[in-house]
Amino acid sequence: MKAARFDYEKPRELGAALKLLTEAGADAKVLAGGQSLGPMLNLRLAQPALLVDVRGLPELGEVRDEADAVFIGACTTHAAIEDGRVPDPTQGFLRKVARGIAYRAVRNRGTVGGSLAHADPAADWVSAMAVLDARIVVRGPQGERTVAAADFVLGIMSTALGEGEILVGVRVPKLSTRARWSYWKYCRKTGEFAEAIGAFVIDPDRGWWRGVMGATEGAPVVIEDARVLDPAAVAAEAYEPGTYEHQVHAVALKRAAAALDR
Amino acid sequence: MHKGVGARLPRKEDARFLRGQGQYVANIRMVGMCDVAFARSAVAHGRIRGIVKPSGREASVFTAADLAGVRPIVADSGLPGFKSSAFPVLATGKVRFVGEMLAMCVAATRAEAEDLAAAVEADIEPLPAVHDMLEALCPSAPRIHEHWPDNVFLETVIDADLADVQARAAIKVTRRIRTARQAMNPMEGRAVLAYVDRRLDQLVVYAGDQMPHITRTGLSECLGIDHGRIHVVSPDVGGGFGYKAILLPEVVCVAWLAMKLGRPVRWLEDRYEQLSANANCREHHYDITGYADADGRLLAIDCEAVVDSGAYSLYPFSACLEAAQVGSILPGPYRMEKYRCRTWSAATNKPGILPYRGVARTGVCFAIELVMDAIARAARREPYEVRLANLVPPDAMPFVNVTNKYFDSGDYPQAVRRAVAALGWDGWREKQRRGLPDGRRIGLGLAVYCEQAAHGTSVYYGWGIPMVPGHEQCQARLSPDGVLELRIGAHSHGQGMETAFAQVANELLGIDPANVRLIHGDTALTPYSTGTWGSRCAVMSGGAVATACQEIGRRVRRIAGKLMEVAAEDLELVNGEVRVAGTDRRMTLAEVAHVWYRQPQLLPDDVDPGGLETTAGYKAAKDTGTFSYACHAVVVAVDVELGHVDILDYAICEDGGTLINPMIVDGQIYGGLAQGIGTALYEEMPYDDNAQPLASTLSDYILPGPSEVPEPRIDHMETPSPLTFFGQKGIGEGGAIAPPAAIANAVNDALAPLGVELLEAPITPRRILAALAAAKKR
Repeated sequence: MKAARFDYEKPRELGAALKLLTEAGADAKVLAGGQSLGPMLNLRLAQPALLVDVRGLPELGEVRDEADAVFIGACTTHAAIEDGRVPDPTQGFLRKVARGIAYRAVRNRGTVGGSLAHADPAADWVSAMAVLDARIVVRGPQGERTVAAADFVLGIMSTALGEGEILVGVRVPKLSTRARWSYWKYCRKTGEFAEAIGAFVIDPDRGWWRGVMGATEGAPVVIEDARVLDPAAVAAEAYEPGTYEHQVHAVALKRAAAALDR
Repeated sequence: MHKGVGARLPRKEDARFLRGQGQYVANIRMVGMCDVAFARSAVAHGRIRGIVKPSGREASVFTAADLAGVRPIVADSGLPGFKSSAFPVLATGKVRFVGEMLAMCVAATRAEAEDLAAAVEADIEPLPAVHDMLEALCPSAPRIHEHWPDNVFLETVIDADLADVQARAAIKVTRRIRTARQAMNPMEGRAVLAYVDRRLDQLVVYAGDQMPHITRTGLSECLGIDHGRIHVVSPDVGGGFGYKAILLPEVVCVAWLAMKLGRPVRWLEDRYEQLSANANCREHHYDITGYADADGRLLAIDCEAVVDSGAYSLYPFSACLEAAQVGSILPGPYRMEKYRCRTWSAATNKPGILPYRGVARTGVCFAIELVMDAIARAARREPYEVRLANLVPPDAMPFVNVTNKYFDSGDYPQAVRRAVAALGWDGWREKQRRGLPDGRRIGLGLAVYCEQAAHGTSVYYGWGIPMVPGHEQCQARLSPDGVLELRIGAHSHGQGMETAFAQVANELLGIDPANVRLIHGDTALTPYSTGTWGSRCAVMSGGAVATACQEIGRRVRRIAGKLMEVAAEDLELVNGEVRVAGTDRRMTLAEVAHVWYRQPQLLPDDVDPGGLETTAGYKAAKDTGTFSYACHAVVVAVDVELGHVDILDYAICEDGGTLINPMIVDGQIYGGLAQGIGTALYEEMPYDDNAQPLASTLSDYILPGPSEVPEPRIDHMETPSPLTFFGQKGIGEGGAIAPPAAIANAVNDALAPLGVELLEAPITPRRILAALAAAKKR
């Protein structure tokens, strides 16, 4: 299938991008790597009148090493993270997650901001940023604000982004050297969307025993204290016990937890 | 270096394919070319009350009413009782499957044509849809073709009295076995570009096509114009598998439009169309019983089989090919006393069935091999022991089996022994007993089959197929510079014929394959052929090439004999030269050719006036063709928490007779294996109760990728067929026949101790977990 007709703008600075989005309202969509939006355009599941290409915006290309966190600009590709071309404050967790996203060809263009804004529940960054308690940085007509990653995805393809707002980056906290983590996902086929994700980040210096159950029907389920973990009970928060979905999600949590001990 | 039959010569065509320089229909650009998109039915079954063209763009949209004079596609089997259905190229009266074409929209670009298609308004009164072949057979089912008394294209019966066997059988295994509907997914979709050549007063049709001559004939019949005014060219084809062995309604429509508009018109199928409108293969159901003695020796097979044949009979193979095949090949490579089989080709509200690599052999192998393993479990014997006890032994060859199939040659038990040994079966049994540290359960499985290929006239006539192959031809011409041109009517879509037939020429004429040019795919340049299907080309086209080369060789030696003043019999053809045996007197093929073309005064008086160009015809010594065979043996690890199956090892022992190019054969097997794994574990097009296809993208319809397909160990046996030129047999489909059965048997071997036996392909995690849960409850 071929996309329906659309107009295309590639603003060179953030203010211009925000103006375009505010004026077009729901008729505009932001384009970054195009790895999620492209197929939707081609299948005509999305028919925006205007595409605003944000890849030229300097703010979205920044990567900043801050005191307690690393700011990763929205247009940073999965490949850049996988390759370590971006500082990794998570003791290897970010790189491991990036490496497992789809296929390398997709990772060469797909972006962390695009993935979060698209909010496909099966997306790796949706789960990974939630368990890291990352902060999503948003810029809009009202200025800049941050949203906790766990609060950012509201449901399937639905986020806390308001009208005319752009996701400019994500602030990932620096884990201590004593941190341990695991990330386990089940795909029917290598490179395809996850059917279930289980992930844990343990950082005694922060008092963290965080976990997440991802690839659900909506927002990932964050486990604030994973010291007492009942995978079946967590899975039951989203799925009926006895179903296939419940089983694979419980197993994902179980295996992610077991991977911590290795 | 040997470059003839048997050489692992690198393929000539790979020079362009591996560099992305193949030329497919989509690569062709023509001035004024426009693109077509079809508005397709979103309803599986309904009465068309009206189709409204987008206002202001009516001249760019065409419905059935506009295509007056274009005849529907009709593919009637000659078998008694076959019910005829006409497939209009654009829907008329009723729609009968989701994806059926309602209107043809043309614009400067495909995107704009899709805009038009989206604006076409179809007023369709929905009717209850038939989504399942078993329900289609119920008397109360909605009628798909209202002039029929039921939803059955054809019923076939092979009858036998089983009373004696039933009384004697110590083991009786009864199962309901099912394979899912699939989409074939060649990398290149269907494609057609048509235009009118005013100089030649011809419609020219470029199409990715396995049978260009049949397409030409079909277009002639549908459009009502004579063959001379149609020229079909199939350039490079990016995968066929049967998907492009069909007279397409899209091709008829685009050809008609090219004639009407007087400009080049193109349609390129995309993956969405392929999945949502053309999931058209593999869906079988078997109610099957195997009777055996206490040792697992087969006494009889009794079966009722249904094939989901979709809504229309497609040309040229018809709706009943697969079910008719089921009846005659279900016995497989085994001996048995009695055999009874009834089949139905059921009509449903789905795309019409096409034969997909392996055709019915994949389904019957699945059915009978699962029964054989069940018999083995009942007899408490290893699966391979039960196979060895029942396979037709080599000393019985040639063997006429219980359905009168003529097995020409082979050592079926040896293939099993070698595959089992190659896998290291007994070693894996030991590992299975010990268990894997991560808790996954090991299972061993195997499947054996024999594959009838290059079946000819009487077989296809016997199946009532509207297209019956006869002799195959090759036109061979030795050029003035010693280059050999071979023209055949079949066409490559992965078989590597440009290389294989150059090797055949080398074998007979000593000519370097680099100096041999294969011309195929073009109806203006090649002899008529039913095309490439049924693994027939190595035997049929290869035999024709060999026969033609033999004749050229005779003529070359007659001329050279005169020139070198020796008897023709004293001349040998080696290394591109004609040599006097036992001496070093020689001339090149080019020098001989030069005399024919440029110095006829030097020719012998009795030179053949046909010169260095000849057309030779060929068919295998028996119409029943060849029987290649193989055993696939596999080890799996089943994760019983996730239902996930990993293939740990895979071994194949196959016998394709004499292999013209063993590397090409290996490639065929790898590709078939990948598709077989798809059938076994991944691929399924589900339909809901409204006969809506549910997997419209490749994230839902899962194709195995490199991580899912292991590299198999392939062991070749080469028992020459006594019926073909070099002893070669057809092997193009074998790789796709056995994997579903072998893998299912392995999974069942892993899970038998847990009381689980899976009988439905694909064996998905959901099905495994459901079966484990059900077994636990029991």
